[in-house]
Amino acid sequence: MRLPDLLAFSADALLRTRFRSSMMLLAMGLGVAAVLILTALGEGARGYVVGEFAAIGKDVVVMFPGRKETTGGMPPVTGAASRDITLDEAYLLKRRLTAIEEVAPLVVGSARVAYEERSRDVNIMGTTALFLEIQHLQLGQGRTLSAGDFRRGGGEIILGEKLKRALFDNRVAIGEFVRVGDTRFRVVGILSGRGDAGGMDMSDSAIIPVAAAQRIFNVSGLFRVLLKVRDGYGIDATKYSVEIVMRELHQGELDVTLVNPAAMLKTFDNILMAMTLGVTAIGAISLLVAGILIMNIMLIAVSQRTREIGLLKALGASAGDILRLFLVEALLLTVSGAISGIVVGELVIFAARSAFDTVPFHAPLWAVVIAGVVAVLTGLAFSWLPARRASRLQPVEALQKP
Amino acid sequence: MRTPVIAFAGLQKTFYLGDQVVAALDGVSFAIQPGEYVSVMGPSGSGKSTLLNMLGLLDRPDVGSYHFEGIETTTLNEEARARLRRERIGFVFQSFHLVPRLTAQENIELPMTLAGIVPKERRRRSLDVMQRLGLVDRAHHAPGQLSGGQRQRVAIARAIVMQPSVLLADEPTGNLDSRSGADVINLLEELHRGGITLIVVTHDPALGVRAHRGIHMVDGRIDRDQQRGVESSVQYPQAAPDASA
Repeated sequence: MRLPDLLAFSADALLRTRFRSSMMLLAMGLGVAAVLILTALGEGARGYVVGEFAAIGKDVVVMFPGRKETTGGMPPVTGAASRDITLDEAYLLKRRLTAIEEVAPLVVGSARVAYEERSRDVNIMGTTALFLEIQHLQLGQGRTLSAGDFRRGGGEIILGEKLKRALFDNRVAIGEFVRVGDTRFRVVGILSGRGDAGGMDMSDSAIIPVAAAQRIFNVSGLFRVLLKVRDGYGIDATKYSVEIVMRELHQGELDVTLVNPAAMLKTFDNILMAMTLGVTAIGAISLLVAGILIMNIMLIAVSQRTREIGLLKALGASAGDILRLFLVEALLLTVSGAISGIVVGELVIFAARSAFDTVPFHAPLWAVVIAGVVAVLTGLAFSWLPARRASRLQPVEALQKP
Repeated sequence: MRTPVIAFAGLQKTFYLGDQVVAALDGVSFAIQPGEYVSVMGPSGSGKSTLLNMLGLLDRPDVGSYHFEGIETTTLNEEARARLRRERIGFVFQSFHLVPRLTAQENIELPMTLAGIVPKERRRRSLDVMQRLGLVDRAHHAPGQLSGGQRQRVAIARAIVMQPSVLLADEPTGNLDSRSGADVINLLEELHRGGITLIVVTHDPALGVRAHRGIHMVDGRIDRDQQRGVESSVQYPQAAPDASA
């Protein structure tokens, strides 16, 4: 048979059994869409986590109060909270260790920012200019926080874009004074774009010098200290040096934890990649189910069309022709099922990306290719048996079937 | 002497139904010359259907040889046998066996479609056959819209569109009333007069005796093989597997 005739004959047969064909199409389409959507979820989660960690440079070590041991040891029975890390200690670290190029102490809280009659409750970050640099926060206008001794904070504030609009609309904000609590701050800069730091939406927050934040929130301890390691100094050696200094400052007790985000990134990436592959495999099971459904439906089709098969054989179709005829039918169905599944899957992923624009949902090309190829191969593999059964039918017996 | 269009020699075919062994064909030998008009008759279970399968190259014998137009067919592969069926043999069935989703013309074109003939040539040849058989005005009707007699006419058109040398008809009037039955027989005999070898398998004695030669089967053997108008019947020996043609 010529290929166009083969396709036309198969397509015609499929269109005559519209319900059955659409069921097979649906099963295959859903299977393919499931693979894409689940992979996109996994990839989205991975991309999100990796993005968060990757934003912080390789040369940054994060220190926070308390000891988080991952191996051995009983938790402290005294129940006493661990000692604070103070601003002076952060300053001392920078002074004493040449390996530390810069430190960014961090205090986080929320307070009301007011300008004239307008005010807005937002997150406030008390930190230094280094924090903006490490988190890749871009300034749309103005300048960053003044350098200098962070133990004495000036009355400067950087506003997120959203906060700026809420307080100033389109008026010029730079140089104006806003109040945070009872303290007056001069606006020196405006963040551009969304900005995102540690999962916090920076466009609706404000950044002030760390010492000022400590006064406003009335705290002596720091939430985090970001330590930037000088070029040429090893991360692990530096961590060790910091631990020695901190132990000394805390009366011989090591009650701080040091984490290098870049080192954790690899681990997280591996774990999340395994998770992605896991959910992809779950999606692939639906392809298998679709394949079994296709086999059943094709078996029904073969038994319903026994007479036709007998006739075609009598008219000169060889066993190979019949085999091809049924495989082409299955191929038409699985290919169109796979294509519609890819379309539906991509639409769902697009919708998800629009709804949660911080999570980079996307089905990587390998997932699309694998889903498509596996769908078609499954379809062909599972229709092989029915098609072969059809091709082996004894023509005269088939013709005599009522 | 011309090469027989069909030459059977010692054909045997055995089926197994559970423990039971059924000899559907038990040493069948005969030859049919080009242009003959033969009827095959016999009671149910006499092996008529199996013989028809063999004639039509739809089944292979266990033992024996079958030369079709001088070609030994038992050793041909499936592809070559399909080719012979397609090009040299036309089938007409009791229940017509038209594909219901195709129009009359598409049904007639089906053997050419299977043979890979281009659509333009298919149209030309199917139109030609439809003109000869008076089916032009039914070309675009679905089989469901045709009467029994018309359907069998379409089936006959389909059987001859490849210009085969042999036409095999299996109870061609079995599903028709007597008038359309007579009509179909007239058409088949007209085609025979045009030179085709016509073999009719039937229960119907009235139809059987019209053939110029009658082969009668009992229990997988040929019981009688008579030329019409010839009083004496040819008696066949109880053929051994190695019986020569």
